[in-house]
Amino acid sequence: MSESFTKSTARNIFWGAAVFSFLLFLALTFDTTAALPKRDNRANLTPEVVRGKHLWETNNCIGCHTLLGEGAYFAPELGNVYIRRGGDFIKAWMKAQPTGAPGRRQMPQFNLTEEQLTDLVAFLKYASEINTEKWPPNIEG
Amino acid sequence: MQYKSQAVAKPYFVAAIGLFVGQIVFGLVMGLQYVVGDFLFPAIPFNVARMVHTNLLIVWLLFGFMGAAYYMVPEESETELHSPKLALILFWVFLVAGALTVLGYLMVPYAKLAEMTGNNLLPTMGREFLEQPLITKVGIVVVALAFLYNISMTVLKGRKTSITMVLLLGLWGLAVFFLFSFYNPANLVLDKFYWWWVVHLWVEGVWELILGALLAFVLIKVTGVDREVIEKWLYVIIAMTIITGVIGTGHHYFWIGTPGYWQWWGSAFSALEPIPFFMMTVFAFNMVNRRRRDHPNKVATLWALGTGVMAFLGAGVWGFLHTLAPVNYYTHGTQITAAHGHMAFYGAYVMVVLTIISYAMPMLRGRQANSNKSQVVEMWGFWLMTVSMVFITLFLTAAGILQTWLQRVSSTPMPFMQAQDQVAIFYWARELAGVIFLIGLVVYLFSFFIKGEEKAKA
Ligand code: HEC
Ligand code: HEM
Ligand code: HEM
Ligand SMILES: [Fe+2]
Repeated sequence: MSESFTKSTARNIFWGAAVFSFLLFLALTFDTTAALPKRDNRANLTPEVVRGKHLWETNNCIGCHTLLGEGAYFAPELGNVYIRRGGDFIKAWMKAQPTGAPGRRQMPQFNLTEEQLTDLVAFLKYASEINTEKWPPNIEG
Repeated sequence: MQYKSQAVAKPYFVAAIGLFVGQIVFGLVMGLQYVVGDFLFPAIPFNVARMVHTNLLIVWLLFGFMGAAYYMVPEESETELHSPKLALILFWVFLVAGALTVLGYLMVPYAKLAEMTGNNLLPTMGREFLEQPLITKVGIVVVALAFLYNISMTVLKGRKTSITMVLLLGLWGLAVFFLFSFYNPANLVLDKFYWWWVVHLWVEGVWELILGALLAFVLIKVTGVDREVIEKWLYVIIAMTIITGVIGTGHHYFWIGTPGYWQWWGSAFSALEPIPFFMMTVFAFNMVNRRRRDHPNKVATLWALGTGVMAFLGAGVWGFLHTLAPVNYYTHGTQITAAHGHMAFYGAYVMVVLTIISYAMPMLRGRQANSNKSQVVEMWGFWLMTVSMVFITLFLTAAGILQTWLQRVSSTPMPFMQAQDQVAIFYWARELAGVIFLIGLVVYLFSFFIKGEEKAKA
């Protein structure tokens, strides 16, 4: 880099860039926050859904599964599993784990009560109704 | 070693390497579970191994960063550390807290652990990378603040260089953005939105400042190039980091419920994120070519150059591969992501920590550089680990492309588990490359115990 371009010029560029970038990012964040109510399905954030999310977290489902494409890549995407399988299947599935099929990837038994399963399904239904710009590309997730 | 108090860096480096070994062992467990699904089930379910693998990674990198700061800051500031004693106390607090957390993951069902550790007071657990119990998270904040106090006081009382300024900014940023891990609203979209303020703004924001500062420090030392030149580069690189990386966060806001315009903002800005990584590579090679001295520590120079190249490949090239929204629509959350995550973390953060360790450890042990024999063995470790990581990345990329095709692009999409079966051969190959990585790591460890004739005293 040329001599006339000094370290203090470089430092000023850095600070200018940092301030500008964060302000722009904050502006976009405000705009997003304003746009979210129409997209994030918050109308359906019922007490069941809130409890369901808590169960989702405290059983670390994200440690094997993705949810809206984020998480682990060991087991199927669950953001759309409510659409793919339906609530009854999900409940039956949770009760039937682990499959014990030799050599097949295993999912633990979480011993959830019927009420907890209803909450979990409510959460997965809520997640499936978020406007994700048509992601995933198809039902297999 | 010029200042006595720099010695506190040593336990930090030793702990970092020890936890690194643990991380890799659990990586191999998961790699096997990918193809032998019931391996160690139900003793260690996949999700538990994954938490241990990723959390150990983060904790050992933090140990590395802290050790680096304790080593660099006294030398840069030309003064003893504010409180070496505080640094040692924090070391033990952090190590014990980390060990207890990992034991908790392994011994107690996660739901039980959450209940025991106050997650019902303030639910923060159960999100990727942020699985730590509330008390651990609070502990991390306390240790980080006390650490920052110690380092900041040292900088304030001594010489202020651009390198310490950038390092401090990065470390403070690390602590500040971690605070978003305490925000976990019931609204899933908001949860995810701010989750990235920790994860993305760490690895593609403030951590890059730390990366730049560490690299600049080692390059000054091993090349003897004028500080003014190196620090000018550093500022330009981190300016590019911030310009591209902050709005670049948008590459995670394509499909999680956030407005569609993020597809434009995120794609455009993150497409430029490879630039600062490319500059780092050019920077490292340029400085080494213009070196004014031949430092006896050859292997530290190798690590520094390796960091430049591998960070550019892993973050820059593999990041670019899937960062444009139309591509990401198909690759989002597949093995392509895992491929990129591995090479980027290894190339940027693992390698820069190993760079500073390679430079500083001999000094901490009272010599300018290790014996030639020891350096050659360390170079074997470098090549074995780096080449296996390239292969891990290539195999995961192959698996990811096929997975994307079978499950997402094809007109008759295949269910997830069926598609996984189809690509199993690549998971076997990844596991094999992983075993070689572990062998490389053992060779690397071994190099620390090779004596040989000693070079000049530091
Ligand atoms: C240790 C890893 C692991 C954890 C943790 C885990 N799962 Fe699974 N899950 C799997 C695997 C593997 C499969 C696919 C199994 C198969 O097809 O045989 C699966 C399948 C499913 C399915 C069926 C998906 C489909 O498309 O058919 C549902 C629903 C599900 N899991 C829900 C959950 C929920 C809810 C949690 C958290 C309470 C959870 N899982 C935690 C591993 C896990
Ligand atoms: C050497 C052998 C290794 C093996 C076999 C291995 C294996 C794995 C596996 C199976 C996963 C889980 C992927 C999933 O979610 O389904 C994982 C995740 C991860 N590993 Fe490794 N790993 C290894 C080394 C490393 C190293 C050296 C690093 C650091 C540089 C690393 C960093 C990570 C990260 C960051 C994740 C989370 C990835 C993501 O969410 O995209 N791993 N690893
Ligand atoms: C050293 C710097 C970097 C590191 C350590 C890193 C690491 C990671 C990790 C671990 C993930 C997975 C996160 C998850 O589990 O959901 C990820 C995702 C991603 N990264 Fe990076 N990254 C870096 C730089 C970059 C750069 C420079 C780009 C773009 C050019 C990029 C583009 C992406 C994209 C698009 C995703 C989302 C993948 C998906 O949709 O599943 N990354 N990164
Ligand atoms: Fe990112």
